[in-house]
Amino acid sequence: MVEGILEIDDGIFDAEVLKSDKPVLIDFWAPWCGPCMAISPLVEQLAGEFGDKIKFVKCNVDDNPISPGKYGIRSIPTLMFFKDGNVVEQVIGIVAKSKLEEVINKIL
Amino acid sequence: MKSVDYDLVIIGGGPAGLTAGLYAARARLNVILIEKIVPGGQVLITDWIENYPGFPEGISGPDLIQKMTEQVKKFDLNIESNEVISLDLSEPVKKIKLSDRTITSHTIIIATGASPKKLGIPGEDMFFGRGLSTCATCDAPFFKNKIVAAVGGGDTAVQESIFLTKFVQKVYLIHRRDQLRATRILQERAFANDKIEFIWDSVLTSIDGLANVEKITVKNVKTGETKELSVDGCFIWTGILPNTNFLKDEIKVDNYGFIIVDSNMQSSVPGVFAAGDVRTTGLRQIVTAVGDAASAVFSAEHYIA
Repeated sequence: MVEGILEIDDGIFDAEVLKSDKPVLIDFWAPWCGPCMAISPLVEQLAGEFGDKIKFVKCNVDDNPISPGKYGIRSIPTLMFFKDGNVVEQVIGIVAKSKLEEVINKIL
Repeated sequence: MKSVDYDLVIIGGGPAGLTAGLYAARARLNVILIEKIVPGGQVLITDWIENYPGFPEGISGPDLIQKMTEQVKKFDLNIESNEVISLDLSEPVKKIKLSDRTITSHTIIIATGASPKKLGIPGEDMFFGRGLSTCATCDAPFFKNKIVAAVGGGDTAVQESIFLTKFVQKVYLIHRRDQLRATRILQERAFANDKIEFIWDSVLTSIDGLANVEKITVKNVKTGETKELSVDGCFIWTGILPNTNFLKDEIKVDNYGFIIVDSNMQSSVPGVFAAGDVRTTGLRQIVTAVGDAASAVFSAEHYIA
């Protein structure tokens, strides 16, 4: 596990994501997904910068099909932003760090 | 005299940019590579590469990029994650405006590559990431035993359709002509694959569904007939557009926006070069991109000298 990023499974999704008192950025990924591996350093950097205001979590869609299924995820990497249990933003595919910062600043 | 920050600024970190970085670092140029997202470019979403010499078993796109990145790091190439906003090429010393500052350089190599072209049809924006995709390696496993459509007839469309068949029950390969443009060995594999059903002379006209893709409409361009196909996913590989948003009219481009260069990769502005998918060329491959990049650095060195 990378420092500042919580790897979650279907069993603790509700508790860690939906019931979080801080906004949550969840990175849906899988080990076979090259672009997911490519953006993970960006997510780690963001966790370093915004970790005090946002909870950063990762969800491996291979091991945990229920949560991505519930949110209709058909494409990874998908970064989903939750606030008070609701999806407020979603970013699909490889995007620049500046774009992610923009979204984060919007939801904070 | 005002000092100039760099001998060479490379814009883009795909195979062309990384190769330019490798040659420039070894030539001991004062060089920086600016990459907007992460090194890799389109190769990152390529599942399998078997026409890049030196890898007889083939290699995945992400693995090849990792090796290229490792190689440039050995020569201490300075790679910065930043975005080029615009270029000022009005003077011999070029100004490159980044998101947080402006840097100056004697030469520039533009290696920003290209991105999948949109079709501009109803449903395209709405269903992106909801069953509509341009990346089989990212998304194919979401369509296990499902029926999907793929659109296009070039190398990418055919190669990625074959990859899809490892997961899906069936691929409708929709192409606007009555024959494929892809390289022959890929065509042979596609024709031999009984999970691929070809829909010739046809174009995609709309994508429909509730939350996710449920059906598509295709039109036969010869007869004008339209029909609906029930699919769970749709992959579009109908071509690419150059990533040149940061350019206005500083350098000459063709009708599609690809940068026009001479055989030394020199653009219409002395000291500004282009390499890889972003330039006008008849063939866009990793091997051609890396060749372009070596030529471009060689030309840049001559220009500086």
